[in-house]
Amino acid sequence: MKLLRLAPENTKFPFMRFRRVSYPFSALLSLIAVALFVFKGMNFGIDFAGGTVIELRAKSGAAEVGTLRTLGEGLQLGDIEVQAFGNPADATLRFGLQPGGDVAQQAAVERVRGAVGGYYDLRRVEVVGPRVSNELVQSGTLGVVLSIIAVLTYLWFRFEWQFAIGAVIATMHDLLLTVGFFSITQLEFNTTSIAAILTIVGYSLNETVVVLDRIRENMRKYKKLPTAQMVDMSINAVLPRTIMTATTVMLALFALVAFGGQVIRSFSVAMIWGIFVATYSSIFICSPMLIYLGLRNEDADKAAQKHETERKADAAVAAREDVAEAPVSTPTKSTPAPARKTSGKRAKTRPA
Amino acid sequence: MLRFSTWKFLAIVAMTVAAVLVVAPSMLSPSHYEELKSRLPSWLTPPTIVLGLDLQGGSHVTLEVDQADLISTQVKNLRDDVRRILREEKVAISGGIGTTTRGVQVRVADPADREKVLPKLRLLRNSFSGALLGGPSPLDVEASPDGLIRVTVTDAGITDKSRKAVEQSIEVIRRRVDALGTREPSIQRQGDDRVLVQVPGLQDPETLKEILGKTAKLEFRLVADPGQNPSEIEELDQVDQEGKLGVEKQVMVKGEDLTDAQPGFDQQRSGEPVVNFRFNIRGAQAFGEVTSKNVGRLFAIILDNKIISAPRILTPITGGSGQISGRFTVEQANNLAILLRAGALPAKLNIVEERTVGPGLGQDSIDAGKRAAYVGAGLVVVYMLVTYGIFGVFANLALFVHIAFIFAGLVLLGSTLTLPGIAGIVLTIGMAVDSNVLIYERIREENHAGRSILASLDAGFTRAFATIVDSNVTMFVAAAILYFLGSGPVRGFAVSLALGILTTIVTAVTMTRMMIAVWYHYARPTKLPI
Repeated sequence: MKLLRLAPENTKFPFMRFRRVSYPFSALLSLIAVALFVFKGMNFGIDFAGGTVIELRAKSGAAEVGTLRTLGEGLQLGDIEVQAFGNPADATLRFGLQPGGDVAQQAAVERVRGAVGGYYDLRRVEVVGPRVSNELVQSGTLGVVLSIIAVLTYLWFRFEWQFAIGAVIATMHDLLLTVGFFSITQLEFNTTSIAAILTIVGYSLNETVVVLDRIRENMRKYKKLPTAQMVDMSINAVLPRTIMTATTVMLALFALVAFGGQVIRSFSVAMIWGIFVATYSSIFICSPMLIYLGLRNEDADKAAQKHETERKADAAVAAREDVAEAPVSTPTKSTPAPARKTSGKRAKTRPA
Repeated sequence: MLRFSTWKFLAIVAMTVAAVLVVAPSMLSPSHYEELKSRLPSWLTPPTIVLGLDLQGGSHVTLEVDQADLISTQVKNLRDDVRRILREEKVAISGGIGTTTRGVQVRVADPADREKVLPKLRLLRNSFSGALLGGPSPLDVEASPDGLIRVTVTDAGITDKSRKAVEQSIEVIRRRVDALGTREPSIQRQGDDRVLVQVPGLQDPETLKEILGKTAKLEFRLVADPGQNPSEIEELDQVDQEGKLGVEKQVMVKGEDLTDAQPGFDQQRSGEPVVNFRFNIRGAQAFGEVTSKNVGRLFAIILDNKIISAPRILTPITGGSGQISGRFTVEQANNLAILLRAGALPAKLNIVEERTVGPGLGQDSIDAGKRAAYVGAGLVVVYMLVTYGIFGVFANLALFVHIAFIFAGLVLLGSTLTLPGIAGIVLTIGMAVDSNVLIYERIREENHAGRSILASLDAGFTRAFATIVDSNVTMFVAAAILYFLGSGPVRGFAVSLALGILTTIVTAVTMTRMMIAVWYHYARPTKLPI
């Protein structure tokens, strides 16, 4: 069976050379994102802005957005947003916080019910009062900040400091670009968007960690290689996996966008953008950072000491190989011995 | 690589079977589930997945104690207490008892009088909140040298009162919601001053809000006669009539003395819907006494400071039961009866958050979620198959078990499946295979570098494992934070994501490894099939 390969084999892309393009490019995009956030702002949903969303289904089978808008404006509830979506019978009404505290919000819903109740079923009613929305803003912000701190701490324990800084810069980059994406598309930003952002942070780090893991491994294996070359080699080695995983996650997300319904669409769309950005940043932002931060291959020895445990794992592989191969007589019996002994030799024979 | 201890193998098989068994009841249609339940012994009720309100339809309402109302009630009580003490001690004050935003103030000119009342006023602290011994004082009593005494309710006092109000409210709300006859309502305290009410599968969310929003404080007071002292009279709104009506401030009988209230129809007159009630002994005595002494006067029935009706007392009512009429509809009479039976809320509660999903939309969301999950899983399965061939089959089998594990986890944790939760599962389907991809790509690499098949397989699993753990920990951290800070549906997402990450370690690593070992044992490949 001929198997599908999306990623070409044994690539030798000089990724590090792109850093002179990717850094200014990303810096520009990040600035644009910040500018968008400041000047254009986000389309905050009722979770954060407070207000009411009512989802209607026309009893007649056809929602009349124009009539709803006129009706809504007649109720004097401030800016009222009427949107049709999906099914022609469906429409949503959205309006902001009403002056007069929590009681006024409920009264507003009653007025809408009175005005449209005869022709429409109210399928979903969500009312978020002023205090609750403030708390949601607080916990959302806290969540994003905490997750970055938690991850920084984890990386600090697990990797050299250059790695941690590279990963955090890449994550911040993804965060900014996602915020910019929400601003430019005016996609509704609500609590599920916070979920999307945190998942993107998680995925971005996942990507970064896979690349960094390989860089760290190669740092010990190929001590003589210049850093840029070694980083390039590592990225090329994990490239097939990066492409594979991004594709499977994208497939799942496209299914969510196409079939998952209105409520989670903004989540799924943001995630797709996030996966794209995270994949880009793990290659073009995080890894070059190691060079800028002066990660030298001489550090490899120290790194090796720091990660004694992994060496043990490697040794275990080697030991088990010998045992495992002994009883099995395969044509490949004469393969080279474990990696540790042959690493010098392999550095020459392998594309670097 | 090839050796697997028997117990490990059996453990994995047992886990898989257990997961499938745990999940199976949730997959049955309701009628089949009932049939299964009836055949099993009664102690073994198979648990099923709890669907979130966004999927099964229902109302999520957060109520908050109205601080302003709570404070004004406390100040009012405080005023009564201070007046009582002054009267008991026979202390003269200059001017009346003034109220401030948080308390009351009186001017006691005579220092000897001050010395007399101050200790008494300080003692109010204890009656104000008995449980707060040793804690910060609920009341501040200050006396300035010029004779002004201030008694204020402190922040601690307000917090304490609102916490107690929440505690009592939960009981009252439970009785009210239970009267609606819905299944499995959840009523929980949230923070110091909130109650979260979640009622699934409600056909009519309006009734719920109707009965939650009412304090239901019932009072019987006499309507004031002309010429009565104005300071003893209060003007109140009327429900069915324009204009106010003056009633005496003194409450003759309170709603808390009711033992029962039932909707009914007026037998004698119009046949209109009414609420029939019965008093306990204390209430019956008080009611009998008032009605005996005041034949001919109007007796106002007041609910939440509004006069429902003010019938004339024709004869003394000593039987301890009575009737409230007020041009009700049948539904209003029903709701009023429910409210009166459940008792009054200790404070006014406001709805600060409401999320109601109709049952139709819930079903639509389930369908949408299912469709997305099937399509997503289908695409990933096909993609793995065409990319990795036989190894793709292993990955897909592991994926199937992975999904079973997630659902089993949800069932066993009693966690709620929400629409974002389904999104989380679909997402983990995409991510679960990441571990397989990491391993397979590593195996290929090792093989390309010239290792034997077996050595490549072994190195692939061992080397990729560290990376898998590292990369999943970061994702898990994100999910955990989301769980602790998120609410409702977002929490469901965090749970699915976290479960997905945990189970992927078992399925993608151990299970795939086992399948490949078995495959290697029988197929004896000469070439790596990926």
